Amino acid sequence: MSEPLKLDLVEPLLELVRKAATDLPQDMVEALEKGKAQEEPGSAAEQALGTILQNVEMAREKSTPICQDTGTPIFEVHYPFGVSTRMLKAQIEEAVAQATAHSYLRPNAVDSLTGKNSGNNLGIEFPTIHFHEWDEDRIFITLQLKGGGSENVSTQYKLPDSRLGAGRDLEGVRRVVLDAVLKAQGKGCAPAVLGIAIGGDRGTGYMVAKKQLLRKVNDLNPNPDLAALEERIFVEANELGIGPMGFGGKTTVLGVKIGAAHRLPACYFVSIAYMCWANRRAELNVKLVDGKVAEVSYA
Amino acid sequence: MLRLTTPISDEDIRSLHVGDSVLLNGIIVTGRDAAHKFLIEHFIRNQSDDPEDVALLEKLKPLLNGGVIYHCGPVVKKNEDGSWSFVAAGPTTSIREEVYEAEVIKFFNLKGVIGKGGMAGKTLQACHDQPAVYFHAIGGAATLIAQSVKEVVDVYKLEFGVPEAMWVIRVEDFPVVVTMDSHGQSIHDKVLAESEERFKQLVG
Repeated sequence: MSEPLKLDLVEPLLELVRKAATDLPQDMVEALEKGKAQEEPGSAAEQALGTILQNVEMAREKSTPICQDTGTPIFEVHYPFGVSTRMLKAQIEEAVAQATAHSYLRPNAVDSLTGKNSGNNLGIEFPTIHFHEWDEDRIFITLQLKGGGSENVSTQYKLPDSRLGAGRDLEGVRRVVLDAVLKAQGKGCAPAVLGIAIGGDRGTGYMVAKKQLLRKVNDLNPNPDLAALEERIFVEANELGIGPMGFGGKTTVLGVKIGAAHRLPACYFVSIAYMCWANRRAELNVKLVDGKVAEVSYA
Repeated sequence: MLRLTTPISDEDIRSLHVGDSVLLNGIIVTGRDAAHKFLIEHFIRNQSDDPEDVALLEKLKPLLNGGVIYHCGPVVKKNEDGSWSFVAAGPTTSIREEVYEAEVIKFFNLKGVIGKGGMAGKTLQACHDQPAVYFHAIGGAATLIAQSVKEVVDVYKLEFGVPEAMWVIRVEDFPVVVTMDSHGQSIHDKVLAESEERFKQLVG
């Protein structure tokens, strides 16, 4: 049996966490700017978006968290054959603990039985890490930070839903998603990005929904039916008039991203990962040559 | 823009209306889920005779009489000299405290609660009766709001963990908007009613 590669990625992983927590991706900034431009000048909605944009810039300059709720860190790790996932997990955990000590992350892992905060963001199933082996000669890791306020308004529907007249089709999906946005009001820190999964089971549904949040907010879904549905829900959710922070206004959602997973014949879940405007995500790319780190880059 | 400094008078609170932008100054205290549960269980619905609790209550009373509680779980840094600094300190969702807040407002004579997302009927009634108001801070604007926190004066119940502890802080020009006032008005109720109407039109 050949030896697994020995790599030290703690430092790049720490930078990945710092970047995710303090530097909002440019596509999100542009979506917020677009929102601000369409609000009434001087309105609470416009002022809220102005404050948000100012905060984003300040956080980037000072390298401090955009939002104090640095959320659940969710790592999606793509790695080539020969790299030990146990090694990567240990290094991710080390980087997360160091990031907490640097105040890039708030200590956010609470023991559900004792109420004790672990103090370093490590705990049972915390952080979330998913591993995917692939054929490329590089390690590619995405990190998203999913805050608790928006997690609390995330929700899952079981179709058909008679209250909403929602059947097992895309029209049914449209109805329940609009209901979720209505129910959330400003509580999940609107304007939101909606990550949506059609199908899966109750577990994979949310997983696929959260993965949609990794997409650029202005990208186009390759499936034309889903692209049309994303556009329609985007327009209609904004017509609800909930606005930034629930103050009322035109900017309630910044993006709608829909994916699908196979389901059981008996089940039709629609899972909605409601993400606050601080849709924090970052990428780490580690190019390997002859089993050694040749190049590290971030996005 | 209106500037208010804690302790705030009833008269100043009565003069506020939904939609007013306010810059808050003075001493405020953070408190969220664990703190509210603690205040209710140890001081309000029961009277703890634990000497530590009694001492804490005596410290909290003057801070909260005419004062403001902030629903916030900050990122805090411990400096080399042992003092603390706020690094990121935006509001957390307030509705989770709805079951407690009215009693906390009455017990301590709070004049304001800062949070995000708004609160419901019991708190709105308490705002009317006390009087008090709900100040909405901008959710997620954590680095910006931390700049308003000029000093960490003290911290209580640190054993709850950094986010849940009660941090006594001095703020300067902390920007908030009144979204629930002492006259029974709530922006949140209004937006909810209007969005429900539009929703009915959209789904038929």
